[in-house]
Amino acid sequence: MNMMTRIDDLALLQKVSAFLWAEADLLDAKDYDGWLALWLAEGFYTLPIGEGEDFDNQLNLCHDNDRMRRDRIQRFQQGFSISSAPPAQTVRTVSRFVIDSVEGDTVTVSSAEHVVEDKFGRQRVWAANMKHTLVASADGFRIRTKVVRLLNSDGMLNSFSYLF
Amino acid sequence: MLQAHEKFNDLDALYTPDARVATSMYEDADLFNEEMERIFKRTWVWVAHDSELADKGSFKLSNVGLEPVIVVRDRKGEVNVLVNRCRHRAATVCEVKKGKTSSFQCPYHGWGYGLDGSLRGLPYPEQYGEDFDKGAHGLKKLRTETYNGMIFATFNDDVEPLVDFLGPEVRRYIDLFMKQGGGFPVKVLGEHQFTVPMNWKVQLENTTDAYHFPVVHKSFMQSLDGDAEEAFKFLETGKGFVEDLGNGHSVMVMIPERIDLDEHLDDPVEERFLPLVQELRNGGYPEDQVKKIVRAVGGAGFNLNLFPNVSFSLAFFRVLTPVNVERTDIRHIALGMDGGPAAANRMRMRLHEHFQGPMGFGSPDDAEVWERVQRGTKGGEDLPILVNRGLIDEQPGALGPRGHISAETGMRAAYKMWKRMMSL
Repeated sequence: MNMMTRIDDLALLQKVSAFLWAEADLLDAKDYDGWLALWLAEGFYTLPIGEGEDFDNQLNLCHDNDRMRRDRIQRFQQGFSISSAPPAQTVRTVSRFVIDSVEGDTVTVSSAEHVVEDKFGRQRVWAANMKHTLVASADGFRIRTKVVRLLNSDGMLNSFSYLF
Repeated sequence: MLQAHEKFNDLDALYTPDARVATSMYEDADLFNEEMERIFKRTWVWVAHDSELADKGSFKLSNVGLEPVIVVRDRKGEVNVLVNRCRHRAATVCEVKKGKTSSFQCPYHGWGYGLDGSLRGLPYPEQYGEDFDKGAHGLKKLRTETYNGMIFATFNDDVEPLVDFLGPEVRRYIDLFMKQGGGFPVKVLGEHQFTVPMNWKVQLENTTDAYHFPVVHKSFMQSLDGDAEEAFKFLETGKGFVEDLGNGHSVMVMIPERIDLDEHLDDPVEERFLPLVQELRNGGYPEDQVKKIVRAVGGAGFNLNLFPNVSFSLAFFRVLTPVNVERTDIRHIALGMDGGPAAANRMRMRLHEHFQGPMGFGSPDDAEVWERVQRGTKGGEDLPILVNRGLIDEQPGALGPRGHISAETGMRAAYKMWKRMMSL
C-alpha cells in the first residue's frame, strides 16, 4: 500500500466495507442468486474446522467450489430440505475490518461477523472471524475466496440452514 | 414418592411386546437417570478409534455416558481410559480436546498423574502422613478392550468380554466395514459435531432407519449424479435388509453389492469417481490397486449399529453422547486411508462434507426431524410411538430376525436390549 495516500486507504476501506455489508445484506435476505453472482467461478467458500490452512487436505465444515455452491443454493431454494423450508431467520453484523494486503487488483480483508439466528422461537448467537479475498473489476469487487472461522469450529455446534 | 426404580418397574408399558414405545421414553428425566446407571455405566461404550492415538502419549477427551474421560496411549503402548477428575478435589486434569503429553497435572494443587492414571507426585505430601497410599489415589480407570481398532470402555468389571458383547455377526460386519481402507489401515481424518435437542434413543433409532431416507434426504439425492442417485434408491430396489445381530446390535444393508468391497471390483465406476481414477493412474498406482481404492472410497453399503452409542454408517462413525433427557451430542467421524493416496482421502473428505455435519446436505435435515420428534412428544402423552413396521414378514436370520430394508427390526433389537439392561 506504500504508493497509496492516506485518503486512498480510507477510500479503499470504505469500498471494501460497503461490499461486505452488501454481501451480509444479501445473506440475511436469503437473496442467494444475488450472492452467487458476487463470486468468481474459481473461488472457494470455506468454513474450516480448527486452525488449519490446507483446506483441500483437511476436513472442513464446508469447502465449496462453484458446483457445490450452486448445489447448496439449489438445496435451499427447492423446498425439499425440511431444515431450510422454512429456514432459520438471521440478522448479522460485519465489522472490525482490517485490510491485510493489496496486490494489483486483489484485496485481502479480515473482519468479524456476528450472526443471530431465530427458529422455533429460539435464538442462537454465532461469531466468526472472516477473511475475504476480493478482486476488483470494472463493475465492483468479486469474491475469490471466503474463509469463515466459527468460534468453537472444532467443538459442538448446531446444524445450519443458512450461510455465514 | 416412588423411587425411580419402582416407577419404572413395568418395563412392558414403556416398550410393549407389540413394539410400541411410550412417550415418556423420550422425556422422563428420572428414566434418563436410570438409563445412565443401568445402561451406560454397565455395558461397553465406544470411546475412540485406534488411529486417534497414533503415538505414545497421544490422548483425546471422550465420554462414557455422562462421565468425561481421557483416552490415552501410555508408554507401553496400552490404551487407558481414565475419568477426567483429580482424586484430590475433583478438578478436571485435562481440558485439551486432543493432543500429546507425558503426564496429566491437576491445575488446582498440582497433583501429577502418569499416562496410566497412576498418581506420580503431589506437592508437600507429608501433610497426609507417612501411610498415604499413592497407589490408591490414581485417576479412576475403566476396563478397556479393543476390536479391530475400535476402543470400548466400561465401568463394569463383571461385564462379558468385548468380543462376546459384539458377537460373531457384529465382528464379521466390523471386519467388512474396515475394508474401506482399500488395502490401507482405516484412519480418522476429522469429525463434525453438533448437538440436538432430542433424547438419545431418537438417534439410536435413526441409524437403523432406511424408511426416512428418500423423504428427509430428497434434497441430498437431487444433488447427486445419476449413478450415485441410483445407489441410494435402496427402498425402491428392495434388495437390502435389516437384521437383528443380538445384544441390541443390528445391521441395515442398503447396497448389498457393497457389503464386501473386495467383490464387484470390475463393476463400472460411478461417474463421480472418474476424475479420481485418472488421478490415481497418473500417480502410478497399478490398475488392480486403482480399482480397489476407488471401490473403497465409495464406502461400505451398510450401517452397523451397536448398542448403545456407535454406528458404523456407510463411510463414517456416528457416535452419540447423551447430555440430558432432551439433549444429545452427535459426532460424525470422517475416515480415510492411513498412508493411502492423498487424492483418495481428499475425495473421502469432500464426500463427508457433502452429507455430514452442521453444513452438510443431509445432517441438518436429520437434526430437524429429530428435534421435531422431541417437540411432537409434548402432545398426546398417551399416544404410542410405533416401531412395529415390517413385523409382518420378518424371517429368521443368523442370530435374530431379518426384515425388509425399511423395517424397524433394528430399533426393536435396540429396545429389546434396552429392556434387558433396564430389568437387571
